[in-house]
Amino acid sequence: MTQENLLLNPALAKYRDCRPSQVQKDYWASRYVLFVENLSVSFDGFKAVDIPNYGVRHGELRVIIGPNGAGKTTFCDLVSGKTPASTGKVYFDGRDISGLDESEIALFGIGRKFQTPTVFDSLSTYENLLLALPGNQGWRKNLLEKEKEEETFQVLEILKKVGLFEQRNELAKSLSHGQRQWLAISALIISKPRLLLVDEPAAGLTDKETEKTADLLLELAQDHTLIVIEHDMDFVRRLNSTVTVLNEGKVLAEGTIDEMEENEEVMEAYLGR
Amino acid sequence: MIIHKDRLVESRRTFFFICLLGFVLIPALYLGGILSIGDINMLGRFMTFAILALGLDLLWGYVGILSLCQFTFFCMGAYAMGMHLAHHGGPEGIIDENGWKIPACLFVVYPYEVGESSGDALVPGFWKPFWNLPVTIVLGLVIPALASFVLGYFVFRSRVRGVYFAILTQAIAVACWLVFCRNDVKLCGTNGLTRFDVIAPSGSLFTFNPVDATDDWKQDNAESPNMDLNKDGSVDQLDYSVADVGFSLSDPGVQLSLYLITVACLFGSYLLCRWIVNSRLGKVLVAIRDDEPTLNFFGYKPYTFKIFAFCIAATLAGLAGLLYVPQMKIVTPSNMEAVRSVMVVVWVAVGGRGSLGGAILGALVVNLLYNYLTSEHDYGFFQWSPDYWPIFLGLMFVVVVLLLPKGLIELVDRVKSTTFVKSIKKEETES
Repeated sequence: MTQENLLLNPALAKYRDCRPSQVQKDYWASRYVLFVENLSVSFDGFKAVDIPNYGVRHGELRVIIGPNGAGKTTFCDLVSGKTPASTGKVYFDGRDISGLDESEIALFGIGRKFQTPTVFDSLSTYENLLLALPGNQGWRKNLLEKEKEEETFQVLEILKKVGLFEQRNELAKSLSHGQRQWLAISALIISKPRLLLVDEPAAGLTDKETEKTADLLLELAQDHTLIVIEHDMDFVRRLNSTVTVLNEGKVLAEGTIDEMEENEEVMEAYLGR
Repeated sequence: MIIHKDRLVESRRTFFFICLLGFVLIPALYLGGILSIGDINMLGRFMTFAILALGLDLLWGYVGILSLCQFTFFCMGAYAMGMHLAHHGGPEGIIDENGWKIPACLFVVYPYEVGESSGDALVPGFWKPFWNLPVTIVLGLVIPALASFVLGYFVFRSRVRGVYFAILTQAIAVACWLVFCRNDVKLCGTNGLTRFDVIAPSGSLFTFNPVDATDDWKQDNAESPNMDLNKDGSVDQLDYSVADVGFSLSDPGVQLSLYLITVACLFGSYLLCRWIVNSRLGKVLVAIRDDEPTLNFFGYKPYTFKIFAFCIAATLAGLAGLLYVPQMKIVTPSNMEAVRSVMVVVWVAVGGRGSLGGAILGALVVNLLYNYLTSEHDYGFFQWSPDYWPIFLGLMFVVVVLLLPKGLIELVDRVKSTTFVKSIKKEETES
C-alpha cells in the first residue's frame, strides 16, 4: 500500500488529523518542500495569521497576494523564524523547523528577501555577496580563510548577470534603489537556498526594472522553489502561477490570477468594495 | 581578491606612523636630551591607553557595540600586575606564618578578624598566583577575556543591543568600582596597590612562591659571605628580600624598556586588529553594525561574532592594564570609575571611529592635551586654569563631531589626498 493510499484509507481516517506521524511527515516531505499546519500567531489577541494548512511543492513558484495588513509579511516572518508562532508547525523538507533560530532555518535552506532591500551599506557590492555565500558562516572559518577563487568567480558571475559588475567595488550605500533590490536578490540567489521567500521584489521599481525583476524570478523558478509576495497585479500576471490570496490572516482563495480576478470575494477584499 | 585602495593606504600609513614615532622618533628625542625620562614614562602610559582605544574601536567602530566598561577590563589586567608588583615591592614587610610577605599596601588596610592580632594576618589565597610573572601576564589577559565572554554570552545571546548594552556595561563598571573600593575585598580598597619597587626579579620567573624562591637563592648563594642563615637554617626578613632583586622601576633604562615594550605591544595589537578587520570576519563585523537582523537570514549567528569582538577588546584592555601599572607605579579603583570608560569613547570619537589609526591618534592627542591643559599656563593676555579643561574637552568633542565626523584622522586623510591629487596632476603635466 502506498503512502497516499494509506492516508486516503477510510479505516485510517481517524488518524489523519492527529499529530503527524513519521509516515505523514514523510508523505508531506515527499510532496511538499514547505508545509505548514494550523499556523497562527496573535499579537495582543489579534490573530495576524491563521492558516490551517499550506504547502509548496518542490520546484513550484507560488505567489501570495492580499491587501495591506493581510499577514503576508507576517507569514514570511513565521516561516523564516523571525517571529515565533503562537500555535502550529512549519515543516521544511520533512523537518519541523518551528521554534528554531533565524540563522538555523537559513542554514537549512530557506532564503529571504525583505520588503525593503536589506544590504550592508558600508560594504562593497562584492563584499555583500561574499557574505551571502553558503558554507562560511562560522567565525573561525571567517577569520582564518580567504575566499576561494571559485567563490570570487561565482560572485563576479552573478554580478554580471544582474548588471552590477561595474559597481562591484562601490559601497552599497551609493547604489540606486533598483540596484539595491537586485543586490538583495543576488545575495539571496548566491546563498543557494532551496526555498526563496521574496517579499515585494517590485516595490519602488520603474516599469522596466519590474519587467527585468519578473524575468529574473521566472529564470530562478526553473531550478528553485519560490514564494513571492506581491501586490502589483501586472507583476503577478507576468509570473503566471498559482496565487494564494490572504485577507485578515486567513486564506481567502487559491487559483490562477484570472480566477482570482473573477472571484467576487477577492475583489471585495482587495478593492474594499 | 579585491582590496579597497583607501583602506590599504590607511593601514599602511598607521603602520609607518607607529614604527617611526614610537620606535625611532621618541627614543631619539630622549637620547638627544629633548625629552626627559618622565616624558617617556608618560608617553608609555598614553600608548597603553592607545591599546585600550584600539580595542574599543574594534568593538564600537566596526561592530557598533558601545561598551562603557573598558576601563573595568583594563583594571583587571592592572590589578593582576599590581598584585605581582606588590608581592615583590616594599622592602619593609611582615612575613606571615606560611613564609609569604604581606605586601605593604595590603597590610595597611588588612581587615583583621575579631580576636586576630596583626601578626596572625595571612596573605589572601587569591594573591598567591600573582607571585609568578608569567602566570600574572596570562591571568591578566585571561581574566578580562573570561569576564567579557561570560557577560557577552548572556547579553548578546538574549539580543540586548545598542543603548541598553551601553547602560548595562556602565552599570557593571560602577558595580565593579564599588567592589574594588571595599577594604574587605582585600585589594587595598580606595588606597589601591602601591609600593612597587622592582619588576621581573629572578624569583618571580621560575618559582611560584617566596619560600621556593628563597630556597633557590640560598642554594645559589651558599658560598656567599653575605649569606646569614639562622641556626635552624631559616632566613630572616632581610635575607628574604635579597632573593627578590629585579629591575628597579625607577631606573631610567627600565622605564625606557617598558616604554619600548608598550610600543611593541601597541604595534602587535594594531596588527591583530588590522588582521581581524581585513579578514572576512571583519566584513561580517561591519555587516553586524549595518544590519544585524538581516545577517541572521544568511545563516550567521551574530552573537558569536559579537562575543568574539568583545573578548578581543577586553583582552586588549587587560594587556593595556598590565603595561600601565609598572609605568604608573600605582593602581587605584579611581581607574575604574564610570567616567574613565566614557573617556575612552571620547578618544575614539575624536580620533576617528571606525579607523584603527584614528583610535590610536585620538588616545594620544586627547591625553597629551589633557596633560598639557590640566596645568596652569600664562599666555600674557590670558591665564589658562586647569578648571577650563572640561569646557575645552566638551568644545573639542562638539567641534570634532560637527566638522570632522570621521574624527581627526579625516584631517590627515584630507592633507594626504590633496598632496596625492597634486602629485598626480604634476605627473600629468610633466608627461
